[in-house]
Amino acid sequence: MRKWQCVVCGFVYDEAAGLPEEDIAPGTAWEDIPADWLCPDCGAGKIDFEMIEIS
Amino acid sequence: MAAPVVIVGTGLAGYNLAREFRKLDSDSPLLLITADDGRSYSKPMLSTGFGKHKDADGLSMAEPGAMAEQLKAEIRTHTRISGIDPAHQRLWIGEEAVPYRDLVLAWGAEVIRVPVEGDAQDAIYSINDLEDYARFRAAAAGKQRVLLLGAGLIGCEFTNDLSQGGYQVELVAPCEQVMPGLLHPAAAAAVQAGLESLGARFHLGPVLASLKHQGEALEAHLSDGTVLSCDLVLSAVGLRPRIDLAAAAGLAVNRGVVVDRQLRSSHANIYALGDCAEVDGLNLLYVMPLMSCARALAQTLAGKPTAVSYGPMPVTVKTPVCPLVVSPPPRGMQGEWTVEGGGSAIKALCHDASGGLIGYALSGAAVQEKLALNKLLPALLA
Repeated sequence: MRKWQCVVCGFVYDEAAGLPEEDIAPGTAWEDIPADWLCPDCGAGKIDFEMIEIS
Repeated sequence: MAAPVVIVGTGLAGYNLAREFRKLDSDSPLLLITADDGRSYSKPMLSTGFGKHKDADGLSMAEPGAMAEQLKAEIRTHTRISGIDPAHQRLWIGEEAVPYRDLVLAWGAEVIRVPVEGDAQDAIYSINDLEDYARFRAAAAGKQRVLLLGAGLIGCEFTNDLSQGGYQVELVAPCEQVMPGLLHPAAAAAVQAGLESLGARFHLGPVLASLKHQGEALEAHLSDGTVLSCDLVLSAVGLRPRIDLAAAAGLAVNRGVVVDRQLRSSHANIYALGDCAEVDGLNLLYVMPLMSCARALAQTLAGKPTAVSYGPMPVTVKTPVCPLVVSPPPRGMQGEWTVEGGGSAIKALCHDASGGLIGYALSGAAVQEKLALNKLLPALLA
């Protein structure tokens, strides 16, 4: 499981934890998150600002 | 040749608007004008650079040449516009007239400078863009002690970041708690305690009255009589939307450039977004509203007039020693606060008379509840 960080605001998406409140189940790989998903902290788009892998 | 869409400013507002616009319109000429060097960077990351050991080059995401290619746009860097002539749909760069089809003001906000006595004004820095950050980093190299002015969101973020980067921070601000106006006192105390655990010291109440050179160091006199020795000063007392050129051109201004839900100013073909814009009465200096505005305005500029809407706009404060997320109650809404938790984990909730959640402040471990709570919050611009 990896972690991804939003390059705009620093939000971290942890694949292991998912985002259950947004119906993204724990264990969801970054690749499987919908293309129209937006960063929950700043609203940056998945396409516009690829998150960077941090671990 | 047709007059271009002109965007003034290449911060997050200008570049994100250009990016969204290009998704919808790949042909119309596009010109971006910036007083800066035009590098693409994320402003929120400026208050995380010391902890991550990143200099200005490290925080830069793209050079202006690469941005111009990606956006199929002309980008004029180190260029300051000197006036706007709405009647003739053109702006001025000195003596040069530049026509526009549509003009977008995305030039941001400027730092507020407080008057300080003494001979060391030159040692007071502020960080409002990537070039400021480079200057401050150069000045801070080899130094130890930073006097930080301002206990707002940015002051607290820099206190965390500089402390983590090995600096001794003394924070001075004329208020009783950190982030007054934004944050419930219980959560403010938790954040302050976290920052103190990193070694930061707080002087809440006084202001910096004078600053003098004292050999290699600086001597700071606070208004309560305290005398501190430091090596440089970082001022983070606040931002003021840039409105002067807009006002001079006859555009309606208030706190920011006044625009409606379509980001349209009082003049046809002139729009504004980001830190300089007051959208339907709201001037929010955060990324999330800016992104919403960029998407709506791109539609409008591409021929499909679109009003922006804001959902709840919680603000994440980057104080990793005590994580914090806050959603102040919307303007005009009154409620009662309840506080749960203790230590660094504070959950402060504000409910209106009918029991609906209208705001919160979550710190420490309590920030995990933010996504669930966000669903209960009212929209700021429905």
